[in-house]
Amino acid sequence: MAETVTESALKQTPLHDLHVELGARMVPFAGYSMPVQYKAGILTEHLHTRAKAGLFDVSHMGQAILTGPDHETTARALETLTPSNFLELAPGRQRYTVLLNDEGGIIDDLMVTRPVSKDDDGKLLLVVNAARKEVDYAHFRSRLPENVTLDVVEDRALIAVQGPEAVAAVSAHAPAAAELSFMSAAPMEFDGIACHIARAGYTGEDGVEMSVPADAAQAIARTLLADERVEPVGLGARDSLRLEAGLCLYGHDIDETTSPVEGGITFCMQKRRRENGGFPGADRIRKELRDGPARVRVGLRLEGKAPAREGAEIALAGGDVIGTVTSGGFAPTVGAPIAMGYVPAGHAEPGTALEIIVRNRRLAAKVSGMPFVPNNYYRKP
Amino acid sequence: MTIYFSKDHEWISVDGDVATIGITSYAQEQLGDVVYVELPETGKALSQGDEAAVVESVKAASEVYAPIDGEVVEANDALADEPAKVNEDPEGSAWFIKLKVGNADQLSDLMDEAAYKAYVETL
Repeated sequence: MAETVTESALKQTPLHDLHVELGARMVPFAGYSMPVQYKAGILTEHLHTRAKAGLFDVSHMGQAILTGPDHETTARALETLTPSNFLELAPGRQRYTVLLNDEGGIIDDLMVTRPVSKDDDGKLLLVVNAARKEVDYAHFRSRLPENVTLDVVEDRALIAVQGPEAVAAVSAHAPAAAELSFMSAAPMEFDGIACHIARAGYTGEDGVEMSVPADAAQAIARTLLADERVEPVGLGARDSLRLEAGLCLYGHDIDETTSPVEGGITFCMQKRRRENGGFPGADRIRKELRDGPARVRVGLRLEGKAPAREGAEIALAGGDVIGTVTSGGFAPTVGAPIAMGYVPAGHAEPGTALEIIVRNRRLAAKVSGMPFVPNNYYRKP
Repeated sequence: MTIYFSKDHEWISVDGDVATIGITSYAQEQLGDVVYVELPETGKALSQGDEAAVVESVKAASEVYAPIDGEVVEANDALADEPAKVNEDPEGSAWFIKLKVGNADQLSDLMDEAAYKAYVETL
């Protein structure tokens, strides 16, 4: 059951020593040594995040800055690579988008923030998946116009604090965090340390993602962990939390073959872009928007207790295989196994009875709407 | 009653011609929170090394192998409702199956407690 792993070639985040000190089980992930769980275990860490607040080291993710002469130039450059509206993204606002290949497949999914300060006009801040950094950066550099540059940020860590008590815990040290609306961001001090904090996350809960100086990351994390509401949470619970929230994991639920329409993430495509096109793969994507895609990502609830994992086949009840599970496992908040995967569009209606084949047994499952657990994002009163 | 251990982290306790099999404390710790256990039907004939059961944690599925030949005479159905018992009492009440010993000679392929302890130290 044990896996032997060579850690020597792995990169470490600025919080590595803290993870080890906290008793984390470190595993290789996207070239980094990362905590999959701490002493409490995945189940407890998951439930604690939903009840109070979890602290996640996401410093392995890529932080980069696009810089052009003015907002319009930079936004238009990014719009040539993505199907989202950045031209009209307001200062201090954040948007989820996808980098598209010429076939309309997804090279990566990423968060883009327009800095709030006028001094930063022409800049857009990016956070990309750890495993896709090199691919993304090469893509940007080959496609960006000469007057827009990509600079990779190497000297900052990224800490997510997620859960209903997360913003209260963070704003005790960075009061301005409490003023942020969902999907907005601002530079602010955390106990006097210059940080950039966004009200967003990957758990379905309220919370923040904090871009912090690498050399201050441990101090900030220790300060937050000293708050009794905050516990460290590893990649294991990060995965089960995002699965319950119905959020895609790149390389599993979306990849270079899936379009944003098939992936069910068309919320990243604003009206002007849908109507006017002008992004890679626009022919395919606009056709799928018009006629419906051949296959679509759906949520699945299993009826028994046996989990279905990535790669399991999805079949019609008593019939042919029609698709594949792309993520799946036990959902701690639901208290039952859940999954997501792709099926032909005609079998995607919530409530449709399907089967998932696990170890040659057909397990009963039903198509489910997503998220599996209601979102708890912050809405301004 | 003697307890033997396998390199795959199963324990097997032999009492007369009936062997009780489970996973070790080290195994449950490596797995993390157990959420599902799949057990074989009573009467199933297992050969040494066959997949006897499957134990699933939040993170992954792992196989439990038969340390010796034998026929399943009882499965611990309590684990279906309370899989977390595998984390709480892996070497006691959370046993997986009882086998009618098919080939007692195969026990000599296994480790005793001291040898297993030493083995785990090397992992």
